[in-house]
Amino acid sequence: MADVDEPKVVEDLGLDLSLKKKKKKSKTPDAESTPEPTVDDDEDMLAGLKKKKKKSKDASAKADGVDEVTDAFDDLKLKKKKKKKATVIDDFDAQLEKAGVLDDDNKENSPEAAEIPGETTSIKYEDLLHRFFNILRENNPELAGGSGSKLKVPPPVCQREGNKKTLFANVQEIAAVLQRNPEHIIQYLFAELGTSGSIDGQKRLIMRGRFQPKHIENVLRRYIAEYVTCETCKSMNTELKRESANRLHFIVCKACGSTKSVSSIKTGFQAHVGRRKK
Amino acid sequence: MSSIENLKSFDPFADTGDDDTQPTNYIHIRIQQRNGRKTLTTVQGLPDEYDLKKITKVLKKDFACNGNIVKDEELGQVIQLQGDQRLKVMEFLTSQLALQKKNIKIHGF
Repeated sequence: MADVDEPKVVEDLGLDLSLKKKKKKSKTPDAESTPEPTVDDDEDMLAGLKKKKKKSKDASAKADGVDEVTDAFDDLKLKKKKKKKATVIDDFDAQLEKAGVLDDDNKENSPEAAEIPGETTSIKYEDLLHRFFNILRENNPELAGGSGSKLKVPPPVCQREGNKKTLFANVQEIAAVLQRNPEHIIQYLFAELGTSGSIDGQKRLIMRGRFQPKHIENVLRRYIAEYVTCETCKSMNTELKRESANRLHFIVCKACGSTKSVSSIKTGFQAHVGRRKK
Repeated sequence: MSSIENLKSFDPFADTGDDDTQPTNYIHIRIQQRNGRKTLTTVQGLPDEYDLKKITKVLKKDFACNGNIVKDEELGQVIQLQGDQRLKVMEFLTSQLALQKKNIKIHGF
């Protein structure tokens, strides 16, 4: 259960800066793998046609395909296999077209490389981009959207203490990750769950009532949304400060420096549960 | 003076009308655990113009649960319902009483 929940927490809580990077990473190998085999064709065509534009190139590519079709037909001359071959070649055509499109993209990105027929071995845009990001990552990883800034909140560890109590083992750890006072988190937990509890000798939290890790995870998520994340930059690198002058709590963001006042935790109405007093 | 077009620009300090600064009285819907796997839903902070007694009656019938109104010194009247009725209460308040969703807070796990 806890194992399944873990990545979700991380994804939701952490900033999704890495998404950007992932996209780029996944894109570059694709782009590199697909155009390369077609480069030779392209160069041949360039040698042949030189300054003709994209569309004519596509057409020529198609013509090549057609030639191959006819060749294939000549070779085989079997009526039953014709259809199969034709479909295969259609696929091939589609692939060629795709390759053509990709090549066009390449050219749009690096027009100079395509324009100059003599320099066929010029560096491709993807390679340059790759190189740039590698260097950027080496020298200052923060700018490259490094995943180091991502906060990893450990999933709550819950055990049942007897029949009616829940032991929340890693409050201290979570509080340390969130840079919050554990007391504050505990207060919030009690207010939200409508229970009470205490801290045992090993600084674990014992709550009255039965709670599952996913319940506590939900509450923690709301706590983070309300008291941890910076509204301005969505960073979780924040600090909770209490201004003694006006007795208000403020979130001070360490990343962007903005402050935001937050309401204090209110317990609200507590219904009387259990045995009635006389 | 007013012939100069630039001076007739809008007043940046005028009220835009859609200010969220008005004091929002949140409606809190909470859940409490009772003995065993039984729970209790409390609805706190309903506006005074509604007749709580009638609302409770309808809620009880709709959700097929028991419920009652508890008077609290600080928090006013609170509706108590048996069982976890949080989402249903939320749905009822938004659809039947036309209360805004942003003014309703659901607490608990």
